[in-house]
Amino acid sequence: MLSRTADHLYWMSRYVERAENLARMLDAHYRLSLLPRTPEALVQGWQATLTSLGMMEAYRLRHDEVVARTALRFLAFDRGHAGSILSCLSRARENARAVRGTVTAELWETLNATFLDSRAFGGNTENIDVANFIEWVKYRSHLTRGVTVGTMLRDEAYHFTAIGTFIERADATTRLLEARWRDPGGAGERLLTEASEWAVLLRALSAFEVYRKVYRESVTPWRVTELLLLNPAMPRSVHCALYYLLYNLNAVHHERSGETERYAGELHARFRYGRLEELCAGGVPQFLDQVQGRLNGLADRIGADFLVAGYTG
Amino acid sequence: MPFDEMHDADGAARAHCRPYLEWLQKQPAELLAAKRAEADALFHRVGITFAVSGEEAGTERLIPFDIVPRVVPAAEWELLAAGLRQRVRALNAFIADIYHAQDILRAGRVPAEYLLCNAQYRPEMQGVDVPGGIYAHIAGIDVVRADDGAFYVLEDNLRVPSGVSYMLENRKMMMRLFPDLFAAHAAASVEHYPDVLLENLKSVAPPGVTDPTVMLLSAGAFNSAYFEHAFLAQQMGIELVEGQDLFIRDDFLYARTTSGPQRVDVVYRRIDDDFLDPLAFRADSMLGVPGLLTAYRAGHVTIANAIGTGIADDKSIYPYVPEMIRFYLGEEPLIANVQTWILRREADREYVLAHLAELVVKEVHGAGGYGMLIGPASTRAQIEEFRHKILAAPERYIAQPTLALSTSPTFTEQGLAPRHIDLRPFVLSGREITIVPGGLTRVALRAGSLVVNSSQGGGTKDTWVLGA
Repeated sequence: MLSRTADHLYWMSRYVERAENLARMLDAHYRLSLLPRTPEALVQGWQATLTSLGMMEAYRLRHDEVVARTALRFLAFDRGHAGSILSCLSRARENARAVRGTVTAELWETLNATFLDSRAFGGNTENIDVANFIEWVKYRSHLTRGVTVGTMLRDEAYHFTAIGTFIERADATTRLLEARWRDPGGAGERLLTEASEWAVLLRALSAFEVYRKVYRESVTPWRVTELLLLNPAMPRSVHCALYYLLYNLNAVHHERSGETERYAGELHARFRYGRLEELCAGGVPQFLDQVQGRLNGLADRIGADFLVAGYTG
Repeated sequence: MPFDEMHDADGAARAHCRPYLEWLQKQPAELLAAKRAEADALFHRVGITFAVSGEEAGTERLIPFDIVPRVVPAAEWELLAAGLRQRVRALNAFIADIYHAQDILRAGRVPAEYLLCNAQYRPEMQGVDVPGGIYAHIAGIDVVRADDGAFYVLEDNLRVPSGVSYMLENRKMMMRLFPDLFAAHAAASVEHYPDVLLENLKSVAPPGVTDPTVMLLSAGAFNSAYFEHAFLAQQMGIELVEGQDLFIRDDFLYARTTSGPQRVDVVYRRIDDDFLDPLAFRADSMLGVPGLLTAYRAGHVTIANAIGTGIADDKSIYPYVPEMIRFYLGEEPLIANVQTWILRREADREYVLAHLAELVVKEVHGAGGYGMLIGPASTRAQIEEFRHKILAAPERYIAQPTLALSTSPTFTEQGLAPRHIDLRPFVLSGREITIVPGGLTRVALRAGSLVVNSSQGGGTKDTWVLGA
């Protein structure tokens, strides 16, 4: 398939996944704001989120101080920068439009309808019911995924779409975790507060019931981190995302892509066989940073081997 | 009184439209209104939109769709199809002649200076043989019916004619909205157009290529006809490529794919000559493929339509098409041309300048309904402005009588009313000539307007060719 087509498919699904994960991040904040927290703690939470998303600088260019309402609108509705949910949905649709002849009509129409509906959230964002908006974004993402899985031929187009989804998900899960670890929030206060803050993260990732099933004990930061990094069966864990990423990468193998597969395989192996204590011996946020660096390296390699630059030699 | 496609001069339904009109009368107004709204919503969701030049990038609009079809009886279609076939055969023979022996110029049947100094003439094509001698593989011939009831060819579109996706989507929409209608009417099917097009493109592959790879070359997602490009590529199951996806090595054309270079044998291009190859034509073009012309001249790739076909659809050449039919085929034209004055001729110019208020003046290279004067619909100041333009560069203009295009009943804000229409059937030339029975009917939605172009408030209708 055309390298450019593969590139559009890859970014189409990355943007859909990114929009969903941003919604989950906002969901976590929304739930946190319902907990008994000091105003300072809430602001610190937003600071940690913007930092772990790498968007603090873009935010500072537009706003002087971090305020919950402003930060939320910045991440959800501000079309003036590429990182907001609305920008992601529009970019997902632009990428789909460029390959509308390659994806199924249902997939294109789903992404197009999402974009057309998202325009209703433009303009005055004061009165938007945020909880509702978050639900809507997640719902459209679920729908897009369902249409993708349910209608697309399992050929290269599907594999590149999946690669985009899983590399984005692996990255997003590390950032959600990092934000929680970097948020001093209720840490140091009563154990109960800490437990509820981490439970919020689980709920935002639709993982609370999963946690109960897996651990059958109270919520602790360490266990949550283990679940979201290493559990092979939890669909939003980094381990699981890397497993599917590697599977789809192997499926598009060609004679020059061996090094990229090895790189991805090595990263996957750390999650497959590593122990949390050893992986995070230098600190959890430090380890998460390292993983994000690795994922960036992998994305670069995938780009060079398959995507827009293409192979002309 | 313009000719009405559905009613005779006394207002009675024409025989071939009677069943449809009877059906239409039985439909409740609310139902029809609901169907029209449904059509709009569907076109939006499916993204059947076009970008309007001059508006903000990325602005997409719907082309208004009218739910009343244009109905063509079998006998009329037979005549039209034979006339179009004849015309396109002559046009292809003409282009081949111009880029080879130029017999028609030597015979003095077309003035040589009209051609060789024409911006559409591509000296690079002189002496180049193309597969089957076919240049205009896809032709969109604009046909109108005048008040005398006869068909006339208004324009030959031989470069990158567009609109065929609307022929297909309009039919799909009609079938979805009114399935019962199709059970009762034998409208000839048009759905096989993409298959015929693909076969046609494969039939002109370079000699010796047995299983040719065909790709559609588009300017990309911001081009006004992008929907059609993507649609046709998908329907044919071929890759939709942009210039950046292609490259030339050793005079062969390749696509950059995820698993390495892939040879391309036939390019169905939807960008103009000027942008095809920055090394040969416009150097600032980012849309084309450097070196494509050389590969093409070497016979390693077929480009459809061929480079240089514009020489035959130039409006200053149009008046000579009947002469081409006589010269190359030894036949009389089955469909007439519209009377045309060529303003570089002194006698023609004098007449036209004296009658500007009655005539239509067109730019020789104009398209899309831009840059034209419709005398009867213009103010005195507009007419004077055109007079100056003509005097400054007469060779850039032609003039024609203001035709009372035929009308067809159309839904308007005020209910059903006659609106002017034209018809663009698509003629495919490869090893043989094929015409899918139907075409794109465009309709001028403003009362009294004669401009059917979508960029100027035109809409479209489904076109039914009835069985014999």
